[in-house]
Amino acid sequence: MNYIQLAMSALEAIIVWSFLGTVVLTTILYGSQGMGLSRLSLPFLIGTMFSGNRRNATALGAGFYLIGGFLFGCIYFLVMAHLGIANWWIGALLGGLHGLFLLAAVLPVLPHLHPRMATEYDGPSGERRLEPPGFLGLNYGYRTPLTTILGHAAYGAILGAGFARSITL
Amino acid sequence: METEFDGAAIATAAPASDYPPISSYALIGDCRTSALVSRDGSIDWLCLPHFSGPSVFAALLDRRRGGHFSIRPATPYQVERAYIDDTPILRTRFRTETGVLALTDLMPIPPHDHTADMLQPQREILRCVEAIDGEVDVVVRYEPRPNYGRRRIQLRKRGACGWACADRSELYMLHGDVPLTATDNGTALHGRVRLRRGEKRYFSLTYTKSDIGIMMPLAAEADTRLRDTQRFWEDWASKCTYRGPHRSAVIRSMLTLKLLTYQLSGAVVAAATTSLPEWIGGERNWDYRYCWLRDASLTLGAMVDLGFHLEGSAFLAWLLHATRLSQPTLRVLYDVYGETHLYEEPLDHFEGYRRSRPVRIGNGAQSQLQLDAYGSVVLAAFDYVEHGGRLDSVEQRLLRRIGEMVCRCWRQPDHGIWEIRGAARHYTYSKLMCWVALDRLLRLQTHGHLQLPVERFASERDAIRDAIETRGFSQTLGAYSAAFDESIPDASLLLMARYGFKPGTDERIRATFDCVERTLSRGDLVYRYPTEIDGIDGREGAFVIASFWAVDYLVRAGHARAADERFRRLLARANDVGLYGEEIDPANGETLGNFPQAFSHVGVIAAANCLAVAASRGEY
Repeated sequence: MNYIQLAMSALEAIIVWSFLGTVVLTTILYGSQGMGLSRLSLPFLIGTMFSGNRRNATALGAGFYLIGGFLFGCIYFLVMAHLGIANWWIGALLGGLHGLFLLAAVLPVLPHLHPRMATEYDGPSGERRLEPPGFLGLNYGYRTPLTTILGHAAYGAILGAGFARSITL
Repeated sequence: METEFDGAAIATAAPASDYPPISSYALIGDCRTSALVSRDGSIDWLCLPHFSGPSVFAALLDRRRGGHFSIRPATPYQVERAYIDDTPILRTRFRTETGVLALTDLMPIPPHDHTADMLQPQREILRCVEAIDGEVDVVVRYEPRPNYGRRRIQLRKRGACGWACADRSELYMLHGDVPLTATDNGTALHGRVRLRRGEKRYFSLTYTKSDIGIMMPLAAEADTRLRDTQRFWEDWASKCTYRGPHRSAVIRSMLTLKLLTYQLSGAVVAAATTSLPEWIGGERNWDYRYCWLRDASLTLGAMVDLGFHLEGSAFLAWLLHATRLSQPTLRVLYDVYGETHLYEEPLDHFEGYRRSRPVRIGNGAQSQLQLDAYGSVVLAAFDYVEHGGRLDSVEQRLLRRIGEMVCRCWRQPDHGIWEIRGAARHYTYSKLMCWVALDRLLRLQTHGHLQLPVERFASERDAIRDAIETRGFSQTLGAYSAAFDESIPDASLLLMARYGFKPGTDERIRATFDCVERTLSRGDLVYRYPTEIDGIDGREGAFVIASFWAVDYLVRAGHARAADERFRRLLARANDVGLYGEEIDPANGETLGNFPQAFSHVGVIAAANCLAVAASRGEY
């Protein structure tokens, strides 16, 4: 059985645990926003790629974020299958790396990819009005790296623990 | 001027002369919050995200610690300024030896069709500076001091995006096309640029709370925002149905009321500021950035009389629904969301306007009993229905419960319309408003808008009238007194004729006016009461709305010509852009108290409407 077949056989578990993981991740990120720890909103960032209307962008972003949660769940599953280990701490480690990658590699290049994000080279324009995240998303608050890594580690831990409980690798 | 803003540190007090006169400020706003701009081009007051939020600029209350954002010529200048047509867009013109500079200040309002697909900041202040003749050196100074100057902040450069000032979940982004440099301690920015005729520069200050920041483009895009905002206000003002005399003053008053209306709930705050003193150096310094129910009936009347039914309807909805948590008991004041926990707190680190301390936030009056609030809310609902509005079943039930509350409580002493601290009294105005509440409820019943226990309400209404006539009329004064069984003149009793308690020609009403003129008036200005009765040290100025109530009364007494003359004199007491504060010092004409004051502008509108009716009847 190759990895793809393995993932297909575990589809139900991936859907359930990635959904749960995404809910927890979203709660941590929104909770951080509400408590004033960070102004980062990943669903809003994703949604504004497709719409400049705040309401539509938030709804679209939440939808894409849920789908993204599932796709990343598949990747986590394949990585754990490849390693032959599935438990909460390997999941948390993967999640932490995922969060770090997002902060260090994805967010800094986002101004060049996002159609509505200003860059620090050109400043805001008619379409590009969103504040760029800066290195490690620090523009959105100095606790942003902490809350992002924590949220993703929680996401990974839930997937790892869930996969360990539901399937045999 | 370097600023120490750590709340614990003590900075040297600014000389009193550093503070511009209160009347030198003009208001800009977006119906969510507002800012005060001085004649020197300095934004000295701005609270975010709404009127009663913490200040980010408060140089009005402390020149050194409060924070400001100024743009002005580097050399001596003369100033002229005006709002652009019927808008709150402020244009300040600085005339220097070398040229003329125009500064335009506004809080943009995006058009509805535009907002559908463009990201907008939560709040924005847009400032455009242009040399319109010769050449002028311009200096810019930006000192944000969030949370009433209680936060230690650091300004950070974000490349071409401008400068960021982050305070916990809040972000203030300043984006401009004049290079700015941070001061050594990184807490302020300054810059200087020479503009030649036709050259224009822009600054956009945006605010975001708990979300990713939005920055706004400059140049042509900024000009578009200016045009859109101008169109919004001109369209709005064109809906005014007032066709009487002094129309421009009435429009300016209505624009000011609109600026003090919180768009998201319909609430109208009493003033844009806190703790501007009612006497320089005095302690009558209160926070007026909340909504007083006692102002409700006159405010709603002003709106619907001028044809602004949408605003009137939103305000009534706010009145009846925001007060739900406390109903049928009504508190004295609420914030824009209906919150009543507005505990008073002094800001000891602020020296106060011209050292008038304490500076207070929150308002201790929220714990008082003011019976007049019931009459005011009922009268607002009555005016709304009179102008074609309809009450839903929830509102009908609430009004009935208010009536029952009045029947139970009108015999209690309270703190009265003037919120006099200390022992409660039987204030005549409070009893008058209880009478108004029951009288208007019974009229609504007669017209089929409510179902009430008529006999009980009618007998209590008559009992209140008897009490006012027997205990509220002072033989010593020869007039109605501020409180039962006492002999204190009170300007609020000038409203007895307006509220239909008796006609303006009635002997006792006329005697009350004469008494107020004799004891509380200084020319065209009227004090609200003799200050010694409130137990607070010091003096206060004459009360602007009370001065307009005298105009209202004179019309009702059949002296329309005298009323018009008095009205003209009062109009001349507005500042250069047509704004009034709470009070005026009769000795020197200086504006005192919080600024601008919604109630004063309500007075302008009410008196003008009265005069318009008299003019239409050919009474003068």
